[in-house]
Amino acid sequence: MTSVTQDIVEDDAQGGPSRSLWARHENSLLGLFAVTAFMLFWEFSVLYGWVNPLFTSSPSRIIKAGAAMVRDGSIWNDLAVSGIEFGLGYGLAVIVGVPLGILMGWYRRFNALLEPFVNALYATPRIALMPLIIIWFGVDMSAKVAIIFLSTVFPILVNTMTGVRTIDRDFIKVARSFGASDGQLFATVALPSSVPNLLTGLRLGLGHALIGIVVGEMYGASAGIGYMMQTAGATFQTDRVMVGIIIIAAVGMALTQGLKMIENRFEMWRVDHRG
Amino acid sequence: MPLDMMDKAHDARAVKLSARGVRIDFWNDRIKRNLRVLDGVDLDVREGELLAIVGPSGCGKSTFLGAVDGLVKMRAGEIRVDDVPVDKPGADRAMVFQQDSLFPWRTVLRNISYGLELQRRLSSGEIRDRATNLLELVGLKGFGEHYPHELSGGMRQRVNIARALATDPELLLLDEPFAALDAQTREFMQVELLKILARAKKTALFITHQIDEAVFLADRVAVFSARPARIKAIVDVDLPGQRTLETKLQPRFRDLQERIWRLIEEEAERTGLLTSTVGA
Ligand SMILES: Nc1ncnc2c1ncn2[C@@H]1O[C@H](COP(=O)(O)OP(=O)(O)OP(=O)(O)O)[C@@H](O)[C@H]1O
Ligand SMILES: [Mg+2]
Repeated sequence: MTSVTQDIVEDDAQGGPSRSLWARHENSLLGLFAVTAFMLFWEFSVLYGWVNPLFTSSPSRIIKAGAAMVRDGSIWNDLAVSGIEFGLGYGLAVIVGVPLGILMGWYRRFNALLEPFVNALYATPRIALMPLIIIWFGVDMSAKVAIIFLSTVFPILVNTMTGVRTIDRDFIKVARSFGASDGQLFATVALPSSVPNLLTGLRLGLGHALIGIVVGEMYGASAGIGYMMQTAGATFQTDRVMVGIIIIAAVGMALTQGLKMIENRFEMWRVDHRG
Repeated sequence: MPLDMMDKAHDARAVKLSARGVRIDFWNDRIKRNLRVLDGVDLDVREGELLAIVGPSGCGKSTFLGAVDGLVKMRAGEIRVDDVPVDKPGADRAMVFQQDSLFPWRTVLRNISYGLELQRRLSSGEIRDRATNLLELVGLKGFGEHYPHELSGGMRQRVNIARALATDPELLLLDEPFAALDAQTREFMQVELLKILARAKKTALFITHQIDEAVFLADRVAVFSARPARIKAIVDVDLPGQRTLETKLQPRFRDLQERIWRLIEEEAERTGLLTSTVGA
């Protein structure tokens, strides 16, 4: 009882108005400062002719290019195409990877059957499969969905499997002691205790999915952010390439951060708080 | 063993648990041989009794409790609870594990109701009510929606006990439930456990390494021999009156403690675990 209330009191003392704005946000403020300084340096390097904007672009040029792409509407089409590819590929990977990972973690024999395939494919850079995918799917959207799926499914599968496999034996004993059937053991112990690993898999899969989008579209496509960057790059439109990079980076950071926040909420399950 | 005679002499209560010739072997992968852990354990526990089990480390106490719970298979012998042979876990027995082993992803209340949820006997409303009552019984009213990691070690062990009591077992099995607690909390929890058991009217088996804990809690103390374990002796704890923290100051308490300590020491010396003298 006391420990809980004490914690709250301490938190209040630390986060209270006595601490300055700087003390509370020191890390974020330092980061903001560094980024601003870098942007200014970049802008002025171009302004004073130290570097050639044809190669380096500049913050103001990137903003201008971005605004133009928004105005003529081309960016929305690219975003939609890439977004749909991502959604389908990643969604499919979750639908396939999570159940397979759970089954492989749970059933030794099932794992023995599939392990060689999973190991081989997980070890291969999936980009190496791109030519094969082009042969099978051509250059339309299904090829991109396929490469995103293949990039994403293995980190999700392998992490989920690890989660199921590393269940604390004490929990299994408790469940058995209460007379849990196999199904109940699975639903009440195996599933919840592998959630943290599952989330890690989803987060790692996200990074792989973004690689899949970009590379897949560069390989052969008719629309999408990766395709836009590829064509812009081929014609030395560095500003447009930069817009693409920034979009990819922002989406990646936002999604990863979102999953990281969910992960943190479940982190306490993984940590051993006993003793 | 004058074990049966002793029971009959002073106790007319029904036998809740009876173990006969319990033998358990474990395959040891390192020496590629079966390791005999229990070699003919005979034990009777009467209704409402608290029997403590002490013995050298690694002698097979937890294994015995696991067998009573139905988690560990016996090689030979028989265990009966209310005259029904045990072959798997059942609602008539519940275990309180040493590590608090609460599910970190469940709230306190939902940890307590775990066994009931598995049984699917009661409606979810009834389960909730029952869990709430137990929460009160173990003195944690108002903590139902907390998660285990938000509780202290002593509080977590109370939840652990409440979880075991939820399914209303006939026999409560406690495997060093207070081992991880500091000395002060432990003493406090011992008194609490006696209160809880008196209110819930349960029979209990209690493993401990702490001899004073065994004497304080138990009606009788069973001393296991070194592995392969049998029952070396059963000591009656004939302390007058209610058990309070003062009980531990009685001369009789010290006598019993010393007697049990000597029995364990004998075992340790016999198997070479101890060579010189060790103070109690
Ligand atoms: N599942 C198992 N497989 C193989 N050997 C086991 C298993 N469980 C226990 N043992 C062995 O059986 C013996 C008795 O173990 P047990 O845990 O019952 O002892 P204990 O008396 O409870 O010890 P402690 O007082 O240290 O808790 C030990 O030598 C242990 O190594
Ligand atoms: Mg033990």
